[in-house]
Amino acid sequence: MRLVLAEDHALLRAGLIQLLEGNGFTILHAVDNAPALEQALLDPEAEAAVLDVRLPPTQTDEGLRAAIAVRAARPGFPVMVLSQYVEQLYARELLASGVGAVGYLLKDRVSDVAEFVDGVRRVAAGGTVLDPEVVATVMARQREEPLERLTPREQEVLGLMAGGRSNAAIAAQLHVTEKAVAKHINSIFTKLDLPIDEDDHRRVRAVLAWLRV
Amino acid sequence: MLRLRLTGYAVAQLFLSIVMIVLFVLWVVGGALVVVWVGLVILAGVVPTTRWIANLHRTMAADTLEVTLPSPYRPLPPEGFFAQARTVLADPMTWRDLLWLLVAPFVGITVSLVVIILLLGVVTGFIWWFVTPPLMQARARFDRMLLCYSRTEKLEQRVQELTETRADLVDHSAAELRRLERDLHDGAQARLVALSMSLGMAEAAFDTEDPEQARQLVRDARATTSAAIGDLRSVVRGIHPPVLADRGLAGAVAALALDMAIPVTVDARLPGRPPAPVESAVYFGVAECLANLGKHSGARNGWITLRWHDGLLQAVVGDDGRGGADPGAGTGMLGVMRRLAAFDGTLSVSSPAGGPTIITLEVPCDLSSPKTTPSSGPA
Repeated sequence: MRLVLAEDHALLRAGLIQLLEGNGFTILHAVDNAPALEQALLDPEAEAAVLDVRLPPTQTDEGLRAAIAVRAARPGFPVMVLSQYVEQLYARELLASGVGAVGYLLKDRVSDVAEFVDGVRRVAAGGTVLDPEVVATVMARQREEPLERLTPREQEVLGLMAGGRSNAAIAAQLHVTEKAVAKHINSIFTKLDLPIDEDDHRRVRAVLAWLRV
Repeated sequence: MLRLRLTGYAVAQLFLSIVMIVLFVLWVVGGALVVVWVGLVILAGVVPTTRWIANLHRTMAADTLEVTLPSPYRPLPPEGFFAQARTVLADPMTWRDLLWLLVAPFVGITVSLVVIILLLGVVTGFIWWFVTPPLMQARARFDRMLLCYSRTEKLEQRVQELTETRADLVDHSAAELRRLERDLHDGAQARLVALSMSLGMAEAAFDTEDPEQARQLVRDARATTSAAIGDLRSVVRGIHPPVLADRGLAGAVAALALDMAIPVTVDARLPGRPPAPVESAVYFGVAECLANLGKHSGARNGWITLRWHDGLLQAVVGDDGRGGADPGAGTGMLGVMRRLAAFDGTLSVSSPAGGPTIITLEVPCDLSSPKTTPSSGPA
């Protein structure tokens, strides 16, 4: 898997390169500012990108804007966005930039190497990975139709789906069998009236419905 | 035409002078009877009438002198009889009105009669022609002297205001710094100490060749690091939220609305960005309103509008909750008021029992870079 990496702090950039290369990724371009990132994302060899939100020159949300721009130019291009803080506003903008293949995590989640690498792989495979902090704020919100019809357990499962967990991981977390998880998920799909589709896409659509994007 | 208009004013002032004498008597009677409550009722009627008549004279004086004379009264609180009464009593202009009520009728009757008789006297018409403008202007200057603050008085008031808001602001900043120091001391700093201890113990565990214990200690260290980063993140948000730097006031307020547990719609129409300190003050003001809305209002829906026109930035936070919000009850709202006051901004709360609650934050300011930042939609 060939990646574009954008991170302006030299130490973090070196760390991420080491971490990703150690886990079978190839870093095609590692850049530290927005103009260089735009250039790097034009490379047809690139298969996915891992981006920091805040980049020079203005140190605001260049990374996010670049992510949205590249997904407009190359629909479905997988992007994992990292940030020192997460905002639901940004999560929504990312999710609205195309169906799936998008991730949004706090930078410190990188310290759980296995889960982070798994997240990047899921995004590259078309999945959606949202930071638990984003998921938690959405969880705290009053539900509306049709999400109100979901049982508390189903809502919990949907929250974990938004975090990019596989059925097996959800089963492990909730201490139930994978079969039970699959049953919950099917029930969620039915209650949200999601059309029969490829399983991954239905998962993403369920998450989008849940975030009311 | 000018002279006829001025003569019209003279006639009006002649009759108003009689009303003013009656009003003054009512003031005295009302004031004397305050002890037996009837006086309060009389004064409650006399005060607005006095202000109305004084404003009429201000308008006539402004027209005669061809200047603008703004109403000099302190703004009244929107509700509460006693709160309003306090403001009226504390307003120096109330007492100047009273003095004017006593003196103006004599001046008014004299000047008005001279002007009217000169005109009615027909043969004295040419005197009327020459005398009316200076006489009426003198009358207008007399009214302006008593009914409006002079330049010096205005400056004195301004200095007083600035001294107060500056003192508040210094207190506020000092309190903020203390809070930051405490947050860092109890949070990130303490966790970093724990982190270095875990790592030190892990180092020792490697020496004693106990890899399982070393692994556990490193795992603890990682968890402590995450917690320290989380602490720092919340401290940073409290100083200057990153989303405010990224997206400006409209975007940051939209982000706040998204974090609410109930749907809050944001309608922001700002043709540019306010200065950074104003942005920050208004952002924290709106954040405080939303926090109270979430905690106390019991609302099912909320809404925020951001507008700027004629040099005034206005943020309105409303909800359909149970109302009865008291801005003086918590320290949060007072802090917001102090912070806004530093920019001559104000905060007003309308929250009748049963709702709705509407909080309005207003700050006079200019906007930079004429670019639109639309950000609206359901949250």
